[in-house]
Amino acid sequence: MERHTLENGLRVVLAPDRSAPVIGVAVVYDVGIRSEPEGRTGFAHLFEHLMFQGSENLEKLAHFRHVQGSGGTFNGSTHLDYTDYYETLPANALERALFLEADRMRGPRLTEENLRNQVDVVKEEIRVNVLNRPYGGFPWLKLPPVMFDTFPNAHDGYGSFDDLESATVADAAEFFKRYYASGNAVLTVSGDLDLAETLEMVERHFGDVPARPAPDRPSFAEPDLTAERRESYTDPQAPLPAVASAWRVPDPIADYGAYLPYVVLAEVLTDGEASRLVERLVLRDRTVTTVGGYIGVMGEPWEVRDPTGMLLQAHLPPGGDVDKVLRTVDEELDRLATDGLADGELARTQARMATHLLRDTDAALNRALRMAVLEQQRGTPELLNDLPRLVGEVTEEQIRQAAAALVPQRRATVEVVAGGNQ
Amino acid sequence: MKALPDLGPTRKLKLPKEAERTLPNGLTVIAIRRPAVPLVEVRLRVPFARTHLARARLLAQTLFSGTAELSTVDIAAELQKVGGGLNAGADPDRLMVAGNGLVSGLERILELLGEVLSGAAYPADEVATERDRLADGIQVAQSQPSHLARVALIKRIYGKHPYAVQTPEVDQVRAVRPAQLRALHAERLHPAGATLVLVGDLTPEKALDTAERVLGTWNGGGKQVDLPPTPPIEPGPITLVDRPGSVQSSLRVALPAVDRTHPDHAALQLANLLFGGYFSSRWVENIREDKGYTYGPHSVIEHNEAGSCFIAAAEVATEVTGPALLETYYELGRLASLPPKQEELEQARQYALGTLQLGMSTQGGLATLASTYAGFGLRLDYLPEYAAKLAGATLDEVAAAGAEYLAPAKVAAVVLGDAERIEGPLSALTAVERA
Repeated sequence: MERHTLENGLRVVLAPDRSAPVIGVAVVYDVGIRSEPEGRTGFAHLFEHLMFQGSENLEKLAHFRHVQGSGGTFNGSTHLDYTDYYETLPANALERALFLEADRMRGPRLTEENLRNQVDVVKEEIRVNVLNRPYGGFPWLKLPPVMFDTFPNAHDGYGSFDDLESATVADAAEFFKRYYASGNAVLTVSGDLDLAETLEMVERHFGDVPARPAPDRPSFAEPDLTAERRESYTDPQAPLPAVASAWRVPDPIADYGAYLPYVVLAEVLTDGEASRLVERLVLRDRTVTTVGGYIGVMGEPWEVRDPTGMLLQAHLPPGGDVDKVLRTVDEELDRLATDGLADGELARTQARMATHLLRDTDAALNRALRMAVLEQQRGTPELLNDLPRLVGEVTEEQIRQAAAALVPQRRATVEVVAGGNQ
Repeated sequence: MKALPDLGPTRKLKLPKEAERTLPNGLTVIAIRRPAVPLVEVRLRVPFARTHLARARLLAQTLFSGTAELSTVDIAAELQKVGGGLNAGADPDRLMVAGNGLVSGLERILELLGEVLSGAAYPADEVATERDRLADGIQVAQSQPSHLARVALIKRIYGKHPYAVQTPEVDQVRAVRPAQLRALHAERLHPAGATLVLVGDLTPEKALDTAERVLGTWNGGGKQVDLPPTPPIEPGPITLVDRPGSVQSSLRVALPAVDRTHPDHAALQLANLLFGGYFSSRWVENIREDKGYTYGPHSVIEHNEAGSCFIAAAEVATEVTGPALLETYYELGRLASLPPKQEELEQARQYALGTLQLGMSTQGGLATLASTYAGFGLRLDYLPEYAAKLAGATLDEVAAAGAEYLAPAKVAAVVLGDAERIEGPLSALTAVERA
């Protein structure tokens, strides 16, 4: 794994792996949902769409056609703290991919026509994922406003239709100028590549991207809850009740040592039939039909900054009792904190986590994506290879302490009242 | 203007090392080496055609719910110890057990798999729990437009064929008894005709030895059950399924297709790409990037053991349902009536060839590919053959495939949406029949 910084401030990580003749290319910008301005909910995501609408040397549609016409696939996605753009291709298309990413880093073609078209597309995306289905946006859009008070942390990251429709080309130009700076980006390439040759190509294509520094990143910190919060809403399309709760966890970056046990705790509680809450709630009590636990509303423990939380979500059978489920969760957390883990319980959870972490890194593209965010948020892309070990070093005592911290008065809960099939 | 860099030399498709053995009990084992990460992917495919729908689904959900010696939790914990996890699922063709784990745990994973295959007990309590969970899951599925559209489409195109209904009713699930699961298991869960695929950081011959040692005692017997071929797709009026208040309409279009060994297969795959099989297709560029009617339209050739078909799917805003259908017919008609441009074909060809490489570049991808192919009697050596056919397909052949298979006159379509608002606009374009 090699790290470089170009003169314009672009950080570059290259990670050769010759196990298959393919490459993954990722460009990550340090801007996400939390950075979008008030009155412009959903703008970070809308802007992500605009980055595919043509650039300095490329007409609309050209990006898609060049990636796919080279045998590759592409996408982009908008997260709380970053936005990624990526493609994976046969290795012979490496230079072409670098050209395409560099071209839009120099500047996308921001036109009124493209903006209106993509506002329409995004509205259909929101309809298909949120408005026209049961449990739409649950819990990733529904829990943050219960958990947090400030606009950056609490608002709807998909955006309101009003805000999306009010977006202008000038807004987009300003957003690009401020956040899509070379100094605010990381480029990673993983897969079947030659280091020296690839670095030379990176210089050739990205070297003339104008230097712009990263903007100051404000703190999004909020105080922890001091009293339980609980809200509910009726989902007219949902046939069965559901509930999600979250508790704040330590800063994933500044307080990594204290944070890590929560990542493991989520798995002790919910990974598979032998986990605490599945065994108790699903198999024994039958008070829920499914239960899951993870870090951050987007479930990406290695790609989120403070403030964030550990989430539990459950779907209940018809007429299910949410209070009873929450009481049982409290009871199980208390039991874990008091009595500790059974023999082998932690080790087997860690073994399964190692499988998941290794499996995540089999594809060249996944390695590129994860390294890019690790570089951006921590400056340590090599952490990618260390995660199974670090997860394996979490101790029973740390798990007990983490479980003990998940008390009801620090909990934010949102409940879905089933309004469908009534 | 800066020029787009050329592609480097194309690398030939290289197959991974593999070995295959059919055990005396009839189980075929295929072991494939990809050492990138120290894991193993496991796929067991057992023929399961013509099984009782609700029982098959519940059997899959309770296969790991205990044996005489081990409980659900024991089995899951034992698998976890070696970083493992296994899940079962059933469809009208097969029962599939899929999972993965640390490669050092391969033998233990296979032992636990063997224990449930030979001794799954379907305990009454566990069956009752899973029965309720399955029923709840079906109820949730029935509230999802994509599921409802799929249900209506397969009913429309498969008629009386067993493929026509693939989700059991809630009360059918509630009626299933543990003894029926035991009987179904005894009748159909046998190694004859089954294929186990192992992919990972392994030595293929040694992995075969391990599999033979552990699963060689899985009892033989069982019977071969075949499905009749799927019926031809009957064109006719659009089937309109009412979903009052729906803010989008779910558009589904089915057309005939051919299986992977048919001489027209490669040309049809390319024609599908040109229509809607990838982002840079006519349909996506038209109804998304030009008109903004929809977010993720796509089309695909679905291969099932009893037949193949083309399906195009889009969720479109209610107010543009008519125009979206019009553009869909237009793009199908254009492919059926006019030859594509050479440049457009080359772009689709490169995509088809490149994504073959990408699909083989992970353990999970290889395992799913090898297992799927095995269900159709094919092996990974089909890939270079297919690649050669994609590379050789001519413009005339692709145009002919468009005319033969993608003609709008042959369409069977379903639209799920707010009937009150969309029936008029749809009726302006074609005949409509309420479901």
